[in-house]
Amino acid sequence: MSPPLVEVRDLIHTYPDGTAAVRGVSLALHRGETVAVIGANGAGKSTLLLHLNGSLTPQSGTVRIGDMPLTTATLGTIRRTVGMIFQDPDDQLFMPTVAEDVAFGPLNLGLPPDEVAARVERALQRVGVAHLRQRPPYKLSGGEKRAVAIATVLAMTPDILVMDEPSASLDPRARRMLIELLAGLGHTKIIAAHDLDLVLDLCERTIVLREGRVMADGPTRDIFSNEQLLAASHLEKPLRMQACPACGRKTG
Amino acid sequence: MATIASAFADLRTLDALATQDSVIHRLDPRIKVLTAALFVVCVVSFDKYVVAALLPFGLILSLIMGLGGVPAGVIFKKLVLVAPFALLVGLGNPILDQQPLLSIGPVAISGGWISLLSILLRCCLTVGGMLVLIATTGFNEVCRALERMGLPAILVVQLLLLYRYLFVLMEEGQRLHRARALRSFAGRGLGLRSFGPLLGNLLLRAHDRAQRIHRAMRCRGFDGTMRSPHTPHLTVRDVLLLVLACLVLIGMRRHDCALLLGQLLTGLLP
Repeated sequence: MSPPLVEVRDLIHTYPDGTAAVRGVSLALHRGETVAVIGANGAGKSTLLLHLNGSLTPQSGTVRIGDMPLTTATLGTIRRTVGMIFQDPDDQLFMPTVAEDVAFGPLNLGLPPDEVAARVERALQRVGVAHLRQRPPYKLSGGEKRAVAIATVLAMTPDILVMDEPSASLDPRARRMLIELLAGLGHTKIIAAHDLDLVLDLCERTIVLREGRVMADGPTRDIFSNEQLLAASHLEKPLRMQACPACGRKTG
Repeated sequence: MATIASAFADLRTLDALATQDSVIHRLDPRIKVLTAALFVVCVVSFDKYVVAALLPFGLILSLIMGLGGVPAGVIFKKLVLVAPFALLVGLGNPILDQQPLLSIGPVAISGGWISLLSILLRCCLTVGGMLVLIATTGFNEVCRALERMGLPAILVVQLLLLYRYLFVLMEEGQRLHRARALRSFAGRGLGLRSFGPLLGNLLLRAHDRAQRIHRAMRCRGFDGTMRSPHTPHLTVRDVLLLVLACLVLIGMRRHDCALLLGQLLTGLLP
């Protein structure tokens, strides 16, 4: 088997207020995989994700992306390889217009203007919001903001996409469009989510975190069939895998 | 709170106006910023009893508004909002300065009233000038222009981010305020005692958000400089217009055009 693209070993992170968010997590991801990280609130999902592109540096343990360990020296390269999509798109869209926001990353990479313009266009086309080019981000709908946030990351041509709750506060249609969009992206993806139906649609593999530790790591369907594990991790079967109460009542 | 929110919403109408296309809009932002600055300096540097000489500046401003497609109503509404502050500044003048300066028939008008009028007029002209600048240029472009003219990048970034997140902050504040109002009855719980923690909460939230934004910026390679994809070039036409604007403004500052016009007209009369 080829060496893993993302490798986390014995990662520990304690916040300054004493909260031990991650207490020894190890995992490995291979190229092309789409992996879900699920767990209760405060299980350490976001903290783990923030380590993957060096937004947080490991207090103990190691993070490797490709053949590079995560250190301050490799930070620039790693941030180019790992694209991070945050939970609240308002945090990520800070420029006056959509086009400028998407151009922000490529400009910081020092690319020539015509290459930047081409990348902006390609990224906006890819997520289907090219018509929003000149709009200010604060005026967009939730779904549009999410799409633009993804475009801002795609414009930097990362190999790995890291997403924190991508379907949070989207309406059902916007959520469906997001799922289709993500399914069409060939990147290696790591998605932290409470939306387990989304996980079922997108991720063949799931990692369950509980109190900062990996509880389980395996095929999504196996994990979701293990009711004991789900209950212990404050989770529930995705709705689609639950017996339908309405139909059940009719027949029963 | 609602009125503050709508005032901010109004702020965005100026930006909407800035997306129009007109002779004024097409000018280089730097030219407009410089002209607007000179306009303000000219207006405020007049002697305190000057009223008539200020009027031509109003004429120029309305001419620019006409060319730039800026509706007078939008600017007027905002001026009404600011005028009370100017009124407050000049309110003492009629009492302190009662020396008659002008008489219309039997009514003597004291210097205080004249200077109060002058202050109000200047307020309208300077604030109006700035509003028209933003309505024909856009706040972000004004910031960019300032940066290209040498304002430190760190200040420009601050201004741009402030403008971007003003709305988000307002909404957060409004949500906090609404949550408090819904649980306070008969005016209880709305006082300063709970306002302190509310503001503190808002500060902490803003701080958290600032951290998240910074993190997102760092993720995309932010290193302290804001790079802009388009760099406009000054054209000869822009420069000529700036020179012309300077000549007109300085001319109007040095010579009382209203007086000259009056003299001309009375001279023509037999």
